[in-house]
Amino acid sequence: MSKLIKRTELSNLIKDGDTLLVGGFGLSGTPFTLIDELAKLDKKKLTVISNNLGEKDKGLGILLHTGCLKKAVGSYFTSNRDAVNEWSKGNLEIELVPQGTLAERIRCGGAGIAGFYTKTAAGTKLAEGKEERVFDGETYILEKAIKGDVSLIKALKADTKGNLVYDHTGRNFNPVMATAGKIVIAEVQEIVEAGELSPYEITTPHVYVDYLVMSNYVKVGGRYVDAGKQN
Amino acid sequence: MTQGSRIKIAKRVAQELSDGDTVNLGVGIPTLIPDYLGDKKVDLQSENGLLGMGPTPDDENINMDLISASKHPITMEIGASIFDSSDSFVMIRGGHIDVAVLGALQVDQFGEIANWAIPGKDILGVGGAMDLVAGARRIIIASTHQAKDGKPKLVEKLTFPTSGNGRADMLVTEHAVFQFSAKGTELIEKLSDLSLEELQKITGATFTCRFIDK
Repeated sequence: MSKLIKRTELSNLIKDGDTLLVGGFGLSGTPFTLIDELAKLDKKKLTVISNNLGEKDKGLGILLHTGCLKKAVGSYFTSNRDAVNEWSKGNLEIELVPQGTLAERIRCGGAGIAGFYTKTAAGTKLAEGKEERVFDGETYILEKAIKGDVSLIKALKADTKGNLVYDHTGRNFNPVMATAGKIVIAEVQEIVEAGELSPYEITTPHVYVDYLVMSNYVKVGGRYVDAGKQN
Repeated sequence: MTQGSRIKIAKRVAQELSDGDTVNLGVGIPTLIPDYLGDKKVDLQSENGLLGMGPTPDDENINMDLISASKHPITMEIGASIFDSSDSFVMIRGGHIDVAVLGALQVDQFGEIANWAIPGKDILGVGGAMDLVAGARRIIIASTHQAKDGKPKLVEKLTFPTSGNGRADMLVTEHAVFQFSAKGTELIEKLSDLSLEELQKITGATFTCRFIDK
């Protein structure tokens, strides 16, 4: 289990000013334990790239109270009023990116591709300042790849090599984020011996995963609750 | 806007869907459509990474890692598949979704859509709206005829920010069904007792009409 670390080691892996890729859609597939730990650290000027900033006081939402965030990049922030408030007070920069463009920018970041042309958002406010190019009579805009210093992702299970499987739609942005961070830390519910996961079910091959952290949360009635574990 | 009117719109849009279609439903009125499909089987795509979305589960079967794009608990139909966000938008942007049914703030006479931002308000959410507008093969707008302030949703020219270069094919409201083309808007069906004149009065763009009002 050489990849398994204590959550407290997060403080040595994240630096001030880092760009973090954080998995999750709403609260599903969210690395709650890693976020709780990050909230305890005195990190500054972090950029968080994630579809949302969690919900009010949940998931990434708790980071809005710690002053560690400089900027958030994602597709939908209106569902967390705290994010909107911090942005209107000038405490938080926000870059709004269409959801599919966000996913593809991260995929490119992990795939060694510098950028891509997409029809999405061409002709809109979100295309302002971006290069336009016409292919076969249709207008596309240039979007650049996103890479992160550290990816914080959530999977259901890992094996001891670091292969990952996900829980239903908790998969969302996690697999692409696993490819696009210099350091990739996966929070998991369970770690099994290598060989116990079927090669067919492994969604993220171990090559992308640097560290594993056991989740402090358990599911009760389908919802995650903090079990007070000290992993 | 009564629930009855919302259901009327959902029922009429349901008629447009065919057995075997792959469909993405936006928030609001579109989410009512599955109740009115009758015997038709369509595959619902949820942009957070599921094809084959089923109805809301019983309380004891809720899994907050199995949710819709609106973040509500859901189930999976037989034959469902799960994929990551990047694959989900390959499906959407790449033209593999037969029909997207979306809400709108405004639609112009040629079907250009504004469905993500209100001028003067904070612009902090877009989600998958622009990807769907860019990539779905057919776009049906399911919307009330007028906004809450009484202003028409169908307008000559958008005053709200556009969602992109993709065009809606059809608009279904509680009063009418409109079809869009490069020539403009055509009324193809009336769904209420309003006369053509009355309908034109509450509509912000002129439209042609194949049938004569009695």
